Amino acid sequence: MAIRVEREIHRRRRSQNFGVAICLVLFIILMMALSFVKLTNSGPVEGYDHAPRPSLEEKALE
Amino acid sequence: MAYVTDHSKDYDPVFGDYIALLKPRVMSLVVFTAFVGLMAAPGTLHPIEIFCAVLFIALGAGASGSLNMWWDSDIDAIMHRTKTRPIPSGRTSRDAALGLGVALSGLSILMLGLASNWHAAGWLAFTIFFYAVVYTIWLKRMTPQNIVIGGAAGAFPPLIGWVAATGVVSIEAVLMFALIFMWTPPHFWTLALFMRSDYDDAKLPMLTVTHGRKSTRRHIMVYAVLQSTLAVVLAFTSIGGLIYLTIALICNSIVLRNAFLIWLRNEAEAELDDFKYERAFFKFSILYLFLHFLAILAEALLSPYGLGGW
Repeated sequence: MAIRVEREIHRRRRSQNFGVAICLVLFIILMMALSFVKLTNSGPVEGYDHAPRPSLEEKALE
Repeated sequence: MAYVTDHSKDYDPVFGDYIALLKPRVMSLVVFTAFVGLMAAPGTLHPIEIFCAVLFIALGAGASGSLNMWWDSDIDAIMHRTKTRPIPSGRTSRDAALGLGVALSGLSILMLGLASNWHAAGWLAFTIFFYAVVYTIWLKRMTPQNIVIGGAAGAFPPLIGWVAATGVVSIEAVLMFALIFMWTPPHFWTLALFMRSDYDDAKLPMLTVTHGRKSTRRHIMVYAVLQSTLAVVLAFTSIGGLIYLTIALICNSIVLRNAFLIWLRNEAEAELDDFKYERAFFKFSILYLFLHFLAILAEALLSPYGLGGW
């Protein structure tokens, strides 16, 4: 009987741990997918690392 | 020596108990109406963005459900309909419900802001505040209009979905809100008519108790007329069309007929047939809302093919 009580507790805690783990993994995958969609939909990205920026150069020429 | 621990007094919920705290049945309605709000809105979103917006709106609704269970655990233990919920049945503690509600509120608002826009996140924050604080903590036990106020919170998801897609509130979003807002009170008042002991036992100031059952029947009729008017007006906006109008006319004829029969009856007649029309009204009203939003969705999905809309 005593062993069953312990097993029941372990089963419940394992259920919680698995549930939280699955939620975290799904959340990470979702964030990666959302980041990918946001970045690919936001147009070309230009850095500021001392390189000429094409869009600014075109505006300056106009 | 065997190591034995009696955990019978401890709360050790399984994962499903935390899910139950989020009121998954209410969440399913939120998911559906928010999705329709997003799909009916002009413009196109990536499916991942739609999925995220609906998920975080649903999580916000779940968070407010958890906060509701935290505050109302005392009356949930009294009412037959709610006494198997995780807190009154002893599966989770009140603190766990409070913690889950607060954490998911913050997460859902933040993530909706990042995934969609901060205008939609603001509406979600207001909805959670309105349901958890204004309705649950403040007015639910004070006024017989509690159902009307609670209905407002449940009506926000399609509006939030619309704002998540467009960034602004428009007349279509307000009308979708108004339809659910007007639908909620008669839905729950008919439930109160044939589940009388539950609300009486919990000493909730339901309209049936404070103003009498005859007055409740009159209120159901008035709200059914307002709800039907709004439902038909919605057909002539940019999200309506012939499919929606047909469904609205059929469904609202049934609702008005049932409401009229409920209004004409007295308690003796209702008890004779075990609240036949009240039960019919309640059952049909669930289908009613589903069909209206399904029709709006159909209009949105068919319009690129020249079949939906006017």
